[in-house]
Amino acid sequence: MTEPMRAPSENLLQTSGRTDLVLIADLIEPGSRVLDVGCGDGTLLQMLTNIKDVDARGVELSQTGVNACVARGLSVVQGDADADLPAYPDQAFDYVILSQTIQATRKPKSVLDELLRIGRRVIVSFPNFGYWKVRLHLMMSGRMPMTDLLDQPWYETPNIHLCTIRDFVTMCEGMNVKIENAYARRGNRIKMRFSKPGMLANLISDEAIFILSRPD
Amino acid sequence: MTDQNPAHRAAAIPAEEAVKLQPVAQFGNHTPLRLDSGAELASIRIAYQTYGTLNDDKSNVVLVCHALTGDQFVASRHPITGKPGWWETMVGPGRPVDTNRFYVICTNIIGGCMGTTGPMDTNPATGKPYGLKFPVITVADMVRAQAKLLDQLGIEDLFCVLGGSLGGMQVLRWAASYPERVFSAIPIATATRHSSQNIAFHEVGRQAIMADRDWHGGDYQSRATRPRKGLAVARMAAHITYLSGQALHRKFGRNLQDRDALTFGFEADFQIESYLRHQGFTFVDRFDANSYLYITRAMDYFDLDADYDGIIANAFKGTKTRFCVVSFTSDWLFPTSEARHIVQALNAVAANVSFVEIESDKGHDAFLLDEPEMFSTLAGFINSAAVHRGLAKAE
Repeated sequence: MTEPMRAPSENLLQTSGRTDLVLIADLIEPGSRVLDVGCGDGTLLQMLTNIKDVDARGVELSQTGVNACVARGLSVVQGDADADLPAYPDQAFDYVILSQTIQATRKPKSVLDELLRIGRRVIVSFPNFGYWKVRLHLMMSGRMPMTDLLDQPWYETPNIHLCTIRDFVTMCEGMNVKIENAYARRGNRIKMRFSKPGMLANLISDEAIFILSRPD
Repeated sequence: MTDQNPAHRAAAIPAEEAVKLQPVAQFGNHTPLRLDSGAELASIRIAYQTYGTLNDDKSNVVLVCHALTGDQFVASRHPITGKPGWWETMVGPGRPVDTNRFYVICTNIIGGCMGTTGPMDTNPATGKPYGLKFPVITVADMVRAQAKLLDQLGIEDLFCVLGGSLGGMQVLRWAASYPERVFSAIPIATATRHSSQNIAFHEVGRQAIMADRDWHGGDYQSRATRPRKGLAVARMAAHITYLSGQALHRKFGRNLQDRDALTFGFEADFQIESYLRHQGFTFVDRFDANSYLYITRAMDYFDLDADYDGIIANAFKGTKTRFCVVSFTSDWLFPTSEARHIVQALNAVAANVSFVEIESDKGHDAFLLDEPEMFSTLAGFINSAAVHRGLAKAE
């Protein structure tokens, strides 16, 4: 079910403390066209530009984030994953990345549909609500779980559509989306690669990264 | 509203005089400028300024496009008003458009009154000033004239073309008409088409000019007079649209001008009235009324959407140009929704686009003012574009 994940490139690890971004960056072919939806302050775009020489673009909801990105020389527009993706043409990018954002969208399914239309491959990462600590927290305290990745109280979190790894897989199957690869991560260590995520990954990982495409 | 200052009654420098002050390019009868209207301008003159040094492979050229009442003196003293260049915060040594690094060209637009052929010039057909015999010009005509100048200067392509308002319309037209000549483009506080509301404001200004008895159907030059009051009123009305209600309130409030109480008359009781009158009076010293009619008309006619059958994305199909679209939160003349329209068109062709909205309460004029976030974002964009262009950073 699981197999060891190869170590991300050393040079990538050195540029950022964020292993999730390092892993995503490592998955990208050099020189490709990439759209990062919800690119924040542009850390991943900067990494991809510096190391992979990609044609990197970003969309970010917060205008402060956008302006910071542009001031760094990144091509970023203000926009909303729910509203602004339909403007892009089909298959305009080699990769579309949705990092730690899908759980904050209003319509995750429609967003994923759009991403798969725009990009040949889609990389989605999200916090796994099936992580044992999350389950334990809810069971023991009876309150909404808060973890490193889910660090805001329920009334302030933008995460309105949390899911578990199994939930996500079920959605992909229902949408006829091909899971090319999936990675699970706990803390700052990438633990495993799995082609068909099952119970164990869902239990022991606090974050999942999926590479998706439309079947040929 | 009487103007007591005799200096203000002097005519603006005639085009022939202004020409002596600046580089100009002449284009003879053999290369007429074909206009959108179908007319041709047989012989034209383009006045321009340059800053910085052209590099060996001519790859560091930046074209700055000026707005309605701007001119080519973007980063040097204005020969009539004596004021500093209108965009010295943006263009100059160490500025975002760094003249230590880039070769900056700014031309007076066709139809203008600072040396480039416009309605003040002599109509070769009659030997008299053109006046309203001058053909109606468009933004595309302005851009064609600029392209002619670049051809004459032996400059094939532009590293960057930037401008605000009407200048931004020229930027969009450049990117649509000559995509292969534009490496990067910065349209600021602008739109792909002039809105109904904006046409309405322009019409008020034009009617003010035409209502002035000294306008004489546009033939004021041969009567040695000028429609000063009409032009001043046009400027006053327009100036309000360049500001925001919030900025006006902050700057002037209901403060009285040099008095402690209302006069119960129609003098300029309020500071805002005095300010606007000053704006109007000083404007007429440096601007020609007929030029104002023609240039506002060019803005009204600007409709890039219509030029591409209502599908604005087609204007940018296949473009390789890197874009940075800029708007300001308090600009109600060219609101952020207009910038979004541009961005959506560019996204629809997966163009390389950045879009920044700058928080400012200064209204449309913010693009000309000290807006640190505009400078930092544009410096980042320009520098990144320069790296992609292979232009080394300034020493």
